Amino acid sequence: MTDQRSQAEIVRQSLKRRYRKERRFRAYGILAIGIALSALVILFTDIIGKGYTGFMKTSITLEVNLDGEMMYLDDPTDSRQLKMADFVEPLVQALIQEIPGATEEDRDEVRGLINPYASVTLRDALKQNPDWLNTTRTMTFLSHTDVDVYVKHAGDEGYSIKLDEQQKAWVDELLERGVIETGFNDVFFSGGDSRDPSKAGILGAIVGSLLTMFVTLVLSFPIGVAAAIYLEEFAPQNKFTDFIEVNINNLAAVPSIIFGLLGLAVFINLFGMPRSVPVVGGLVLTLMTLPTIIISSRAAIKSVPPSIREAAEGIGASKMQVVLHHVLPLAMPGMLTGSIIGMAQALGETAPLLLIGMVAFIVDVPDGFFDSATVLPVQVFLWAGSPELAFIERASAAIMVLLAFLISMNALAIWMRKRLERRW
Amino acid sequence: MQPANLFLLTLVLAVLAYGFGYARSRSLAMPLGGIRHLKSLPFYYGARAALWSGIPALIVLGLWAAFQGKVIQLIVIGGLPPELAPQSEGQASLLLSKISNVASGALPAGFVEAPIAEAAERLQALRAQSRMLMSVLVVAVAVLAGFLGWLRIRPRLNARSQVEAILKWLFFACAALAILTTVGIIFSVAFETFRFFGKVPFLEFFFGSQWSPQTALRADQVAAEGAFGMIPLFTGTLLISAIAMVVAVPVGLLSAIYLSEYANRKVRGVVKPLLEMLAGIPTVVYGFFAALTVAPFISDLADSLGIDASSQSALAAGGVMGIMIIPFVSSLSDDVINAVPQSLRDGSLALGATQSETMKKVIFPAALPGIMGGILLAVSRAIGETMIVVMAAGLAANLTANPLETVTTVTVQIVTLLTGDQEFDSAKTLAAFALGAMLFLATLLLNVIALKIVRKYREQYD
Repeated sequence: MTDQRSQAEIVRQSLKRRYRKERRFRAYGILAIGIALSALVILFTDIIGKGYTGFMKTSITLEVNLDGEMMYLDDPTDSRQLKMADFVEPLVQALIQEIPGATEEDRDEVRGLINPYASVTLRDALKQNPDWLNTTRTMTFLSHTDVDVYVKHAGDEGYSIKLDEQQKAWVDELLERGVIETGFNDVFFSGGDSRDPSKAGILGAIVGSLLTMFVTLVLSFPIGVAAAIYLEEFAPQNKFTDFIEVNINNLAAVPSIIFGLLGLAVFINLFGMPRSVPVVGGLVLTLMTLPTIIISSRAAIKSVPPSIREAAEGIGASKMQVVLHHVLPLAMPGMLTGSIIGMAQALGETAPLLLIGMVAFIVDVPDGFFDSATVLPVQVFLWAGSPELAFIERASAAIMVLLAFLISMNALAIWMRKRLERRW
Repeated sequence: MQPANLFLLTLVLAVLAYGFGYARSRSLAMPLGGIRHLKSLPFYYGARAALWSGIPALIVLGLWAAFQGKVIQLIVIGGLPPELAPQSEGQASLLLSKISNVASGALPAGFVEAPIAEAAERLQALRAQSRMLMSVLVVAVAVLAGFLGWLRIRPRLNARSQVEAILKWLFFACAALAILTTVGIIFSVAFETFRFFGKVPFLEFFFGSQWSPQTALRADQVAAEGAFGMIPLFTGTLLISAIAMVVAVPVGLLSAIYLSEYANRKVRGVVKPLLEMLAGIPTVVYGFFAALTVAPFISDLADSLGIDASSQSALAAGGVMGIMIIPFVSSLSDDVINAVPQSLRDGSLALGATQSETMKKVIFPAALPGIMGGILLAVSRAIGETMIVVMAAGLAANLTANPLETVTTVTVQIVTLLTGDQEFDSAKTLAAFALGAMLFLATLLLNVIALKIVRKYREQYD
């Protein structure tokens, strides 16, 4: 009797400690989730904080006197003359006009405010409108990257401002008068890569990504679905089938860079295919995403209940008819969902593409599957490695665009799963 | 014609063959008294003709497109005069790029020797010829095979079973592609690895503690003698992976436990997708975050504490990699914990154990093998992860266990050795493949063990 009471006593005494332990354990769990979620939040705020300025550009609006004599140009339709003419001078003159107190002696400093590509813009404008010669036009040009950095990040310690005091005073003045303005960075979405951060855009990378993804989708979806059908419906139970399955499971866990080595050795060295083209990138990514698609397609086929198959077989359908007419349409939503997720993975993949040469510096927007191209994540990698902070801000902006693509793809997959997938 | 256009043309021809086959089967059936006298539906006669026309043509197209580049290169190089003939593979690739630059117009023909300009012309002519021949051959095969298929349509022909047999073989070929990929990986790394061991002794690679692959590209260049010891690379990889696991395993495991045992449905529904979002973020984004935010933060922090830290510390790369792996660990352990039968849980709770005691003393031991399998898979992931370390870890191969110093990893070296200028028969390039082979073997081993453990564990409770 006494023994039992003391047992209960011991338990009662230890209860407080045990409950404390219980609470502590629960707190650890909450802490762990907190750590993981705060990492997510920090990551997102860091990238948005670094990159939102990448969506803004700084431009200068000038009244340019297109004086033929000043530019050494009397016939804008003559391409030879256009090549030789001086398009910087009118810009410098227009800017000196705008800045009170600036004289001919300051021309180098003044010139430092305009983007080096502004003269190209001017030349192209004249080429298209030859009758503009010897008139005065109000035109908008990109500012120099240094001005862009100063306008966006004055006072930010991380950025080194390369303008001198006088130039800073000018820019402040011009900003106040509205000559220098910041606006939405359309250049970022309409151009390819460039050595000049203000001119660099992601259109080339987006088109490259789309071409690569197209190749990947066209190859991996049919092949993956066909493989899944074979393994689920037709494969005999033997060693060879087991071997295929083991291979697929292992390939799903092989590091992606190994697929890059495969692409380099087989597609480029053995087949002599060109480097850094979307077709080769698509082939490598196909091999990489196939296991994912096969595995999810098999799960989708498995979820179709046997009663459907039996009913179809019962009214005389052949095995192939059962699969193609009944099982496949019913499993299709699940297969599509899995493929979208696989595609999203492939879209964010970088490492294998580095090895097949998609890291080249490419200015032009690619215009075909066999044209040199780069892809969005590789563009991020290239810009992130640049010592210039103006490129870092563009890398963050490109990451935001990439994440927007990925999030919308995943949202589509979730929506499709909710909408189309049937529970039996 | 471009291969892509030819591909479309082949598809069009196959559709035509389908149409003709369909029509012929119907017209054959007419005098017999309708399609019920055919062995199969007209659809299958058409499909059979289409498959006959399309498949051989596509095979020819694929093979031709795959090998034409290499064959043309060989012919062009072989046609060079003897004094220009390349001595080594490196020279050959240099020469080839020169020739193709001339051919594409990027390099004016006047800037190069006359034989090179001639070779460029020959290259262009060969390319045009090859394209021409390929088009003719593919179209001829498609039309001929389609015609044969069309010709052999008979009312008593069992087209359906033939079509189904062909489809089944096609499906099988798709599934067998997985084997082909594995074989491709093994051959592509094994072949170059053997060549590497022909240049660098086996023992030096495995037991050398020096890694400096910068060998001289030209004979007259002054450069250090290359050293290819992989010990510092593997210790670097292990250090970074260990840091990643120190972050990922406790956080992932504890969040999985909380989500599966404590959290209500609503919290679970919100937190789980958010955690999985961490897995969906591309690694290049993590690399960016590690290199530009975490690494400077760590080195500043260490500076303010008076400790010396590298700006490319292993801690930054490993820590961020750990964040990336959290969802991997948590979702695998979540599965495993949920697979533990409810009866174990109920039994423990009925005896008066608290929830945490049940977790620690009953469920965790029961789930341990499965969790170990998941962790091994996560380790294999960490070892093979590339972009984070390429961007945030350094290039210097230090043999150190200090997480604040910079180390380099196997994957970083593969990327560094294979991007930029390369000469295909130098030990430097081949070393990348040897490292790739080691990486493949290591991850394969981990995966096989992990999958075995997980499978065995699942069988235990099924």
